[in-house]
Amino acid sequence: MVLSKGEKAYQVGINIVLIIVTLVMILPIVLLFMCSITDENTLINNGYSFFPEKFGLTAYQYIWQNRGTVLRSYGLTIVVTVIGTACTLILTSLIAYPLSLRNLPGRPFFNFYVFFTMLFSGGLVPAYIMWTNTFHIKNTIFAYLLPNLLLSAYNIILVRTFFMTSIPDALYEAARIDGASYFTIYWKIVLPMGKPIMVTIGLFSGLGFWNDWTNGLYYVNRSEMFTTQVLLNRMIQDIQALANNPGGGSGSGALVNLPTVSIRMAIAFVAILPILVVYPFLQKYFASGIALGAVKG
Amino acid sequence: MKQKLTWAHFKQFIPLYIMMVPSLVYIFINNYIPMAGIVVAFKKYNVNDGMFGSAWCGLDNFQFLFGTSDAFVMIRNTLLYNVAFIIVNQCLGIALAIIISDVINKGLKKLYQSSILLPFLLSMVVVSYIVFAFLSQENGMINAVLKSMGKDIVYWYQDNGPWPFILIFVNAWKGVGYGALIYIAGIAGIDPAFYEAAELDGANKWQQITKITLPCLVPQIITLVLMAIGRIFASDFGLFYQIPQNSGALFPTTQTIDTYVYRALIQAGGIGRSSAAGVFQSVVGFTLVMISNAVVRKISAENAMF
Repeated sequence: MVLSKGEKAYQVGINIVLIIVTLVMILPIVLLFMCSITDENTLINNGYSFFPEKFGLTAYQYIWQNRGTVLRSYGLTIVVTVIGTACTLILTSLIAYPLSLRNLPGRPFFNFYVFFTMLFSGGLVPAYIMWTNTFHIKNTIFAYLLPNLLLSAYNIILVRTFFMTSIPDALYEAARIDGASYFTIYWKIVLPMGKPIMVTIGLFSGLGFWNDWTNGLYYVNRSEMFTTQVLLNRMIQDIQALANNPGGGSGSGALVNLPTVSIRMAIAFVAILPILVVYPFLQKYFASGIALGAVKG
Repeated sequence: MKQKLTWAHFKQFIPLYIMMVPSLVYIFINNYIPMAGIVVAFKKYNVNDGMFGSAWCGLDNFQFLFGTSDAFVMIRNTLLYNVAFIIVNQCLGIALAIIISDVINKGLKKLYQSSILLPFLLSMVVVSYIVFAFLSQENGMINAVLKSMGKDIVYWYQDNGPWPFILIFVNAWKGVGYGALIYIAGIAGIDPAFYEAAELDGANKWQQITKITLPCLVPQIITLVLMAIGRIFASDFGLFYQIPQNSGALFPTTQTIDTYVYRALIQAGGIGRSSAAGVFQSVVGFTLVMISNAVVRKISAENAMF
């Protein structure tokens, strides 16, 4: 393809703009990493910088020496993410499949039952009272799994629409004639054919569980139950408390109390590392998942 | 053809209902019980009597809430930030989508698409660490630069002035990729014949953008903007709580309804104010969604959400 002169200038122009945009997007994350490998004294004297005078791995050494806290929170984050994502996939597909069948009696009612949760919410206070006083989820793994994250109406509608549009009715009819039960159809036809949408929902839901810190903020205060995000959040809170109230520590564990700047940055980097590592391979699923949002359900 | 609902006909669907039960129960607990729980805003809540057993107190909680200046500040902040976010993010998202779609080099195109979405994948806690590396009073990069230029340093976490810009920037940094990818998908769906015809007619790039690309994106723009307007009374708790490091000095420019609800909830005796603010947010939010949807249905029915 031969480009005209104007087209060439346009290409050069937009590429320059986009390279600047790319740098704006990526450099702050690079800064986080540089801070974590900057020598602590350099950090205190010269401040945060992309080009520190002196590097130091003391932060990572410290994390390794105190690996109990960090690894425990890391392990808990992985457990929560795996269990949460699995439950989300099962629950979402189990309700989306019946809702995708046009002849299901009562279908409009169930659709409304799901959809209405997108329009109205009771808010934090009643939910907080219910989860803590009725279900007693404080400081249990359920605190990370149950409130809000398991099912979203948006996901159910996306999956239901996918099932409706990409699984031909003839397939269901053939399976019914062969005597397959609804559950067999769900397992043998719906799930395999719905794989693309399940991958997408699984990715976003996994990201949601990995990154969630609000449930931990509301429902967890014991340091041995901290996920990495909650640990990171707790470290800032303790430093703020210390700044406001010198002398009075909260005593929620040695590492949590007064980690140095580079250690905090190192823990933050360790927390996002898995995302940075897998993202290049999963990028297309994220992009296609977001594009689905452009098509209305 | 409407089939009459007989037991024999109904019976075959029972396995399907059973499949739905776990999800229906979860939604009932997670969404519907708290909805009923908004009664707590009209009560003098007492832990021993519980959500439904506590004594009624009428509109006392609301009177108390709206008697303070807090109510005005948090509602103003929530609305103004959302308006700014809608304008900035939609404009940047559309602009980025248009130029990324025009990039010919496939490798670079993929790089741009991946990098604009990267901040979206980080949690607000991590983003607040990154922002802190720039803004920290003692060691922040911006203050280091100011110092090296011989200027006075800024106490970022105590100075209200710059925060609207900081929050708008952080929100755009984190969210623009998501919107841009939706618009990129929209642009990919435009028939290339439009552009070929325009080129034959001698239309330049700018004319192609304003006469073809933008009009074709109108459905997506309407959907996204309306969804955002429906949520104009909600705010991203993480953005307003974590990025200013929960700094009390910044409440005048960073307090939104969501941060207020949380802060009042964890204060002794604050549960009444907190629940009143929450109910106010839910009810007004619900009304706005209904209105914005009715408006779309009037303008172009196929773009309505429901």
